[in-house]
Amino acid sequence: MFDRRLIQNFDWILLLFLLLLAAISILNLYSATYAIRNVGGSQVFVKQIYWFLIGFAVFLLMTTFNYSLLERFAYPVYFISITLLILVLFVGKVASGSQRWLSLGLISFQPSEVAKIAILIVLAKFFSKKGGYREYRLRDLWQPFLLIVIPFVLILKEPDLGTALLLVVVCFSVILFVKMHWRSLVILVVSALSVAPFIWFELKEYQQLRILSFLRPDMDPLGSGYHINQSKIAIGSGLFWGKGFLKGTQTRLHFLPEQHTDFAFSVLGEEWGFVGSVLLLLLYLFLILWGLNIAKNSKDKFGSILAICIVASIFWQVVVNVGMVAGLLPVVGIPLVLFSYGGSSLISTMAALGLLMNISMRRFMFQ
Amino acid sequence: MRRSDFDPTSIEILNKQLKKTTLLILVVFGVLILRLWFLQIVNGSIYRTKSESNRIHLRAIPAFRGIILDRNGEMLVGNRPSYDLYVIPEGVQDQERLSRSLKRLIGLELQMIERKLDGASRRYPFRPVCLKRDISRNELAVLETHRFNLPGIMIKVKPQRHYIRGNLAAHLLGYLGEINEDQLKSGRYPGSKPGDLIGKTGVEWKWQPFLNGMRGGEQVEVDAAGRKIRSISRKPPISGGNVYLTIDKDLQALAERCLKDKKGAIVALNPNNGEILAMASSPCFDPNLFVGGIDRTTWKGIVSSKGFPLQNRALSGQYPPGSIFKILVALAGLEEGVIDPEEELFCNGTYSLGKHTYRCWQKHGHGMVNLRRALVESCDVYFYKMGKRLGVDKIARYARRLGLGKVTGFPVGQEKEGLIPTSKWKLKRFGVPWQLGETISVSIGQSFVLVTPIQMASMIAAVFNGGFIFKPQVTKRAGKAGDDKGYKFKPKMIESVEISKEHLEFVKSALVGVVNDTRGTGWRAKIKNITVAGKTGTAQVITLEKEEEFDGGGELPYKFRDHAWFVAVAPAERPRIALAIIIEHGGHGGRAAAPIGKQMIKSFLGENRQLLAYEP
Repeated sequence: MFDRRLIQNFDWILLLFLLLLAAISILNLYSATYAIRNVGGSQVFVKQIYWFLIGFAVFLLMTTFNYSLLERFAYPVYFISITLLILVLFVGKVASGSQRWLSLGLISFQPSEVAKIAILIVLAKFFSKKGGYREYRLRDLWQPFLLIVIPFVLILKEPDLGTALLLVVVCFSVILFVKMHWRSLVILVVSALSVAPFIWFELKEYQQLRILSFLRPDMDPLGSGYHINQSKIAIGSGLFWGKGFLKGTQTRLHFLPEQHTDFAFSVLGEEWGFVGSVLLLLLYLFLILWGLNIAKNSKDKFGSILAICIVASIFWQVVVNVGMVAGLLPVVGIPLVLFSYGGSSLISTMAALGLLMNISMRRFMFQ
Repeated sequence: MRRSDFDPTSIEILNKQLKKTTLLILVVFGVLILRLWFLQIVNGSIYRTKSESNRIHLRAIPAFRGIILDRNGEMLVGNRPSYDLYVIPEGVQDQERLSRSLKRLIGLELQMIERKLDGASRRYPFRPVCLKRDISRNELAVLETHRFNLPGIMIKVKPQRHYIRGNLAAHLLGYLGEINEDQLKSGRYPGSKPGDLIGKTGVEWKWQPFLNGMRGGEQVEVDAAGRKIRSISRKPPISGGNVYLTIDKDLQALAERCLKDKKGAIVALNPNNGEILAMASSPCFDPNLFVGGIDRTTWKGIVSSKGFPLQNRALSGQYPPGSIFKILVALAGLEEGVIDPEEELFCNGTYSLGKHTYRCWQKHGHGMVNLRRALVESCDVYFYKMGKRLGVDKIARYARRLGLGKVTGFPVGQEKEGLIPTSKWKLKRFGVPWQLGETISVSIGQSFVLVTPIQMASMIAAVFNGGFIFKPQVTKRAGKAGDDKGYKFKPKMIESVEISKEHLEFVKSALVGVVNDTRGTGWRAKIKNITVAGKTGTAQVITLEKEEEFDGGGELPYKFRDHAWFVAVAPAERPRIALAIIIEHGGHGGRAAAPIGKQMIKSFLGENRQLLAYEP
């Protein structure tokens, strides 16, 4: 039954953060595609408005049911998403060498985006199940390892190295959060390090090259090295106040690659300077800290850990993307969450944040 | 606060972990903000200057495409510099004046210049726009002398594919074309970009990745006019490797000369290993036309031309073999024991079966003929009788063993299978049983039988090399200069046909007779000091009866004339070259094709005696 308390407990702050981010994102996208507005650029910006509207609808949809339902149906949801991942390897659309999209007639989506949420739900279920508290040892963790490895391998096969690695990083940080016994942690790290060389020599030459240029972009001066150079010039040339809206020269001259997707932050940095970039980062920081607060106040362990999972996912996407465009981290094709152009990742993020809202709204409700 | 399923320790741990996490997150964001501080405040002015004085360009350095040579190292395909005229919109001071100057100096159209500049300049003012590709030396000289009056123009030099000998071996070499969407997506062409030229057919296609090498590039800092200030980082291109073909340039050229103004094909190969020595198909085309991007009218002209110049007739031309098929029927008859070489049959010029009468090409008949004479003089009636004794299915079995009715596996180009009919095949295809009369026609290579010139060359080679069918190949060697590790030709045997030596020797000697006996049909191919062996063929396009209808009224219309065949091997004792020649609608094989065989053999063996050592 619908409960009036749900309205009273509606998390307006979370919503406010989202609306602010959406507004800045659209404004920035408008500028990023301004130079190409006559050749289809304006569509990009209008399309993103639609994506945000759909995103908010999904967001609200995810608040309508009690999230504890997810705990009950965690495994079915997980199996469906794995099935989709397998399906995409056979019938997915091939685009620029990888097979990531599944088409459903009118719309197409990336099953890896569904999987990202599904894995977080099963992990939350697993780590909230164990009665009483104890630090996890390796033998307790075979189940979550399996749950992570299956989608990881499937996503790697598409291939989508960036998403697959992000998945591992997010899951690993959640495991660290629920605490692993220090000895198990040492064993895990040491064994991972000792296995790595063997895997390395098993790889084909082109796979090795790909990983090398992933770790050291300067080895690929025509690809990622070039992107990073242009991105750094764009951000750096913004100085303190920025060049002003629609005045970014790097953007206008088309030197910046993929400026509306992976490098959207560089456009902001150029046009709004240090002030604008830091403000955006702070907005993300507050969103993340607010998410941790929701985890703290959740009425049950499942909600707590699910909130942590969602926060970890947002956190890592922000850090990896901003780190990349600022030249701190290798170039991985990960867009800035809630900010770059792209429907599939936006919808899945909004769904995840809807769950966060769901947990927040029901913090005082007990059956 | 009450927690539903939290125990006190859990809450304590949770809060402790949350505190640690918060701290960690703050530190990470602190690092990101510090990085921004460093980029935008500390080094900001440096980046600002870089972004203003502009700027860093990415320039591709094209890789040198490997060259293609013949077996003796004679260059067939190379690269030559092509000068392309570009304009950098931002550098143009007065577009009107520039357009007028370019029109006056090298005759460019004003409208074209306007259209190209208007489209691009607003979007990317610094990106060069190509106005004309491959300008001539004279145009280049004119532009260079007036360069100071033409601000904004730029001449770029790039290597252009050059088929040095024009048409020569065009079907084998293939041509280049712009990569298309599907090919880009397929991942078969790593590092390719839209607009790249790739091998579309022939050796250019087969060895594409190897010939292509790998494009390099550099990040260069340029000034506002697009001139390079310095190189920031550079990845050198990797040149493509060279490919040596098995063909002999001179023999190839001769074959093409022999086919000039005719339609047909010639295949010459080394019977001891399957190396193709020459492969010509006429009409031909000039691959140079494709290089700069072929224009629509030229392309349409080539494609819609009645002679189908893009088709390689040596591989995909399917013709009835005519009397050449008798070699095979003779071998089948001997092996099956239905022919006694000494047995003499009477030929009076006709052969009757039921109501139907089949004719010999020799109207008045050959008289009493044995197998040797039947082959030498190509007596049809003798083979009608032999064919009847054998039956179509036995003939088909031997034909397939000798490589007919299936592709030879030639690695380059579209090969056709031809057709060897069997009774089963006919029932399946037409739903009617095989007729004995059809066997009669099959036994002289007519009816449904279809073969390709390369199959014929391979078959005659097998007769003389002891029954070995080799896969015909065209690449002798592929590698960088001075590199021995690359690809090397290796003969690949497809089949070793088991035929008794005695029978082979008999047929071989008869085929020597075809060229060397006084009444042999191939006497026009006879060469002093070289034992040429061969067989002529005259493949009917329409039946003999119909041909006779025209006899009274003068010459037969071109399209109804017979195809002329000649297959040959020389020298018969130690074969070095096997040949198959077909001239479409050329008339009698002995008259139209055999003289070409003579020229080819004479030229090849006369000059290349030492080059082709005998390999058993």
